[in-house]
Amino acid sequence: MNAATNPHVNYILRLADGSLVLAQRLSELCGKGPALEPDIALTNIALDLLGQARLLLSHAGTLEGQGRDEDALAYWRDAKDFLNPTLCELPNGDFAQTCLRAYCYVSWQAVLWAQLPQSSDAALAAIAAKSCKETRYHCEHLGDWVLRLGDGTAESHARMQRALDYLYPYTNELFDSDATDEAAAAAGLGPLPSTLAADWQAQVLPLLTEATLSVPATVPFHSTGRRGVHSEALGHLLGEMQVVARAHPGAHW
Amino acid sequence: MYTQAMDLPNPDGSPTLASVDSEAREAAFNDRAGRGEIVEARDWMPEAYRKTLVRQISQHAHSEIVGMLPEGNWVTRAPSLKRKTILLAKIQDEGGHGLYLYAAAETLGVSRDELLNALHTGKAKYSSIFNYPTLTWADIGVIGWLVDGAAIMNQVPLCRCSYGPYARAMVRICKEESFHQRQGFDLLLTMAKGTDAQRAMVQDAVNRWWWPVLMMFGPHDKDSQNSELSMKWGIKRITNDELRQQFVDATIPQGELLGVTFPDPELRWNEARGHYDFGPIDWTEFWNVVNGHGPLNRERLAARVAAWDEGAWVREAALAHAAKQAARERAAA
Amino acid sequence: MSDRKEWPLWEVFLRSKAGLDHKHCGSLHAADGAMALQMARDVYTRRQEGVSIWVVRADQIVASAPDDKAALFDPMADKIYRHPTFYELPDEVNHM
Repeated sequence: MNAATNPHVNYILRLADGSLVLAQRLSELCGKGPALEPDIALTNIALDLLGQARLLLSHAGTLEGQGRDEDALAYWRDAKDFLNPTLCELPNGDFAQTCLRAYCYVSWQAVLWAQLPQSSDAALAAIAAKSCKETRYHCEHLGDWVLRLGDGTAESHARMQRALDYLYPYTNELFDSDATDEAAAAAGLGPLPSTLAADWQAQVLPLLTEATLSVPATVPFHSTGRRGVHSEALGHLLGEMQVVARAHPGAHW
Repeated sequence: MYTQAMDLPNPDGSPTLASVDSEAREAAFNDRAGRGEIVEARDWMPEAYRKTLVRQISQHAHSEIVGMLPEGNWVTRAPSLKRKTILLAKIQDEGGHGLYLYAAAETLGVSRDELLNALHTGKAKYSSIFNYPTLTWADIGVIGWLVDGAAIMNQVPLCRCSYGPYARAMVRICKEESFHQRQGFDLLLTMAKGTDAQRAMVQDAVNRWWWPVLMMFGPHDKDSQNSELSMKWGIKRITNDELRQQFVDATIPQGELLGVTFPDPELRWNEARGHYDFGPIDWTEFWNVVNGHGPLNRERLAARVAAWDEGAWVREAALAHAAKQAARERAAA
Repeated sequence: MSDRKEWPLWEVFLRSKAGLDHKHCGSLHAADGAMALQMARDVYTRRQEGVSIWVVRADQIVASAPDDKAALFDPMADKIYRHPTFYELPDEVNHM
């Protein structure tokens, strides 16, 4: 049985890949931040996301039962087998886009983690309970940047508004439900994504308003990364991430 | 991680230790520093002592943040998630160490922006080792094992430096850095036990890094113009050559464990001295790299300048927001 | 570059565990107090060094001058009656 046929594994991989791919994007910035302090802070977030990804990937590998560990899943799957929301893989862009993208995703994670301790999957419940605390901090930290840059200078406001206009349509996907989600909900693994929208908006919209940003109108655009159909960016991201591992099949590091 | 080059003269010709004139107050100061008394930020100190410290601490700080670049070059390509995690944490630590050191330098009356400006305009030095490229994943292990290993030899004595804020920063740094060298060796040991291709990568990395690492300890004692006063003032406790010998003696047996050789035909144990002998260092290469003509000097500096310039609007916006917030709070009060 | 203003400097104090005093652990730059607090968490507690953080703007600290050290602190040297060892009590009350 491959992963694509097991909704439980896919449900976990979607979460794992979201954390992994976003961590990979944030790690690109390490050493290049606008000042030392935010550089160090963003790396902490990247490290936390990487930690989540490793726990989730290991769990997915165990569930799958084919002997794939975290590295087999991270380094030896192709783009079409990655199930992160497209939002996570988009290029960093400027610091406004970097912070806003991460904020949109971690605030979605926060809403989800809050519900997962009740999951029928005990391992997932434990990972969610652990991640919940760090995600709360990520939301606060990244949300503060959204606020500062939105309500900062004319330039920072314009950049943050541009980032929001670009990224907002990609958040639609976070609330799309498909057969995998329905199977997961029926099995008590976790909530249907569509049920998370209200909580997420209640968290995010007031902040955007406080940051003096205009929330873009809803558009019919839906990205499809969670179903394995990605943007062009993911192939490049994985090409870089996997290059050393794939040049040495079977090697240990 | 750090650096040798901290007692290199400033290219702009600002005073070095040699230009100190000796007054009674300075004599008393020298006595105190020589006795191992600790000097604190607001204590009186000779101007040359202050300048030496600013130069040394800021070179050290610059080395930390420039040192993030060669490792950052591989963080997105780390071949396992465990190694990626470790590397990310290590690079982050280096940012932290840069921060602690800038803060220590700031106690001497210079701002971080001034120090960064000196770096960005090429007036300040940083450790030359970071002008060498990281070409394979094994370089990440060798940086931990050899570069951090050399750095630790240099840094441990600085924990007893006569200037309190610097010494305290170094205590924190040394404590945090204790895992840096170990993770590098562990990475290499794993590769050494791996495939032929992995072993070849390790040997190639050792070949490229060995001599530049020996240069990290700086010029020979007889050619090191600032060493003597720095020793007297308790800024420096052990000479360049002593540290270099300590490093070689400690490292060769570790290399044997890894099954690597060192690119020095003259390297051998000298029973009479109780130390390893090693061949002559190519000081022409050293000075070329120090003076801006190493493999990546221009790229490293350009990367720092780009990060700083691209961050300008962010730093400005954060201040603007803080000012707005403060105004709103005042209005509400 | 020099015409741009720098983020102010903040001093960071950490309580390493409940029951201990806050202790100075370093400084950092941040645009405001909220940012200073967050950055202090990220910079100075990466290894769980603390349970509580104070940040104080460095320019708000009033410090004694080193040259006043003699005037301020030397007079305390002869106040030996403030120390318990000044009092010699009979052995019968040796744990007072």
